[in-house]
Amino acid sequence: MKDYFKNVWLGVWTALIGMRITIDHLFRKNVTVQYPNVHPKDKAGWMDMPSNARNRLYVDMDECNGCNSCARACPVNCISIETVRSVPGDAPPPLASGGKRNLWVSQFEIDFTKCCFCSLCTEACPTGAIVMTTEFEYSSYNRYDLVYNFVKLQNSMSDEKIAEVKEKWAEHQKEKKKEAVEPK
Amino acid sequence: MEEANFVFNMIGENWIAFAIISLLPMIFLLAYALIAILGELKISAFIQERLGPMRTGPWGIIQPVAEVVKLLQKEDITPDSANKPLFNLAPFIMFAASYAGFAVIPFSSYFVPSGINLGLFFLLAVGSLGIIGLLMGGWASNNKYSLLGGLRAVAQIVSYEIPAAMVILTIAVMAGSLDLQEIIRQQSGWFWNWFVFGGSGGWIKIIFLPFSFIMCIIYIIASLAETNRTPFDIPEGESELVAGYHTEYSGMKFAMFFFAEYANMFIVSAIITIIFFGGWNSPFGDFMGGPIWGVFWFVSKAFVFVFLQIWLRWTLPRLRVDQLMYVSWKVLLPFSFVCFLALSLLVMLK
Repeated sequence: MKDYFKNVWLGVWTALIGMRITIDHLFRKNVTVQYPNVHPKDKAGWMDMPSNARNRLYVDMDECNGCNSCARACPVNCISIETVRSVPGDAPPPLASGGKRNLWVSQFEIDFTKCCFCSLCTEACPTGAIVMTTEFEYSSYNRYDLVYNFVKLQNSMSDEKIAEVKEKWAEHQKEKKKEAVEPK
Repeated sequence: MEEANFVFNMIGENWIAFAIISLLPMIFLLAYALIAILGELKISAFIQERLGPMRTGPWGIIQPVAEVVKLLQKEDITPDSANKPLFNLAPFIMFAASYAGFAVIPFSSYFVPSGINLGLFFLLAVGSLGIIGLLMGGWASNNKYSLLGGLRAVAQIVSYEIPAAMVILTIAVMAGSLDLQEIIRQQSGWFWNWFVFGGSGGWIKIIFLPFSFIMCIIYIIASLAETNRTPFDIPEGESELVAGYHTEYSGMKFAMFFFAEYANMFIVSAIITIIFFGGWNSPFGDFMGGPIWGVFWFVSKAFVFVFLQIWLRWTLPRLRVDQLMYVSWKVLLPFSFVCFLALSLLVMLK
């Protein structure tokens, strides 16, 4: 009998608690962004996109050490990186954050037609060079416009510089081979 | 007291007056349905911190019109294996039953379409007529989900009629009348004369306040079940029964079911307003009293309960079938018996 009245009372009381919660939400500020009319970044009180938003990737070439972690983490293989090893005495400039760099990153391409915005590359990156931006309006009429080569875009290495380091490395290899063939 | 009806006073008792009187609730109902559909969309959106429809008209206020036009344009499909006469008749019976309820709803002291002195009984009787339409639609569709939905609807509505009838019986005892206008007149004056606060009378009624409150809550719960609203929407629970009794309906006929459902929502809200919250009476004595303000008070009180139904819909999850029967037979019914006895005692003491 006691349980019965307790049960009835709990039924009424929990319904009232639920009603208090919903009426509270009824008068709360809504979270919808009227997107084509209002950009999420412009919505009042919203300084930025939501922290978990997935948008266009950006690679800071001053931070990239060419470790290939992002390309290996990518489930759709949309990142392709080419690197050239540096010869002794001609190391590339250190990272902007101060770390040492041994590879020239000659090509860093992200194919955004393939990218699935999983954000695994940003988690894999040891230097924090590859990040999600707040930009998502970059549709294009030509799919080749969506292949971004960040080396070209940021002009971190000119074509001449790439050819130069490649030549240097080839020469270094040749010298090493010669040494291996004709030991002193 | 003579039955006052402003249409008869203005143009006399002729067939034009009868036509106008029978159409006035329909005009109100159409306007109400648009507001209620918009309210349902917007309140559900705001509770979920969305905006709801925003594109049709300023703040999306023309959205219900768009919904109605969409429903009317849709193809009206009758399944091959359905029982066609019954299938086609069901939505009309359902709507006619809910519209019949409007015949005795007193919108103001000077307007009630039909001032019969058995109004409360009529509402109870006609309110149960709609389930014939429900079962007819569910059975004639020749679809297992429709049939299950129709059977569940009948089981649910018949069960919940009993606590609702107990509440109405209590009101009949307290008011000594089944005439809705008379019931409302007895609650005139300040809001503490409403039957939810024990009706007019001396201070002795304060002891009985919990009982009249519980009666009001019992009627609200039972009316939710009778209109198949959440949390009692198991006859049309979409996760189990697709759409219940109106699974096979589309277009115009579905719109009739939909419309009848919204009309029923208003009717039960109007009954709660009449029997517990003083109908067209102003809550503050003579402040803003009179027949014209009466319409305002009546409609706004009824809309509060329509809002309550929408609010509850977005708060509570659906009950299981056994829980539904438990609530009706083991909770509402004993409580309504006890409250009936207590309030009858109050009437004797007064």
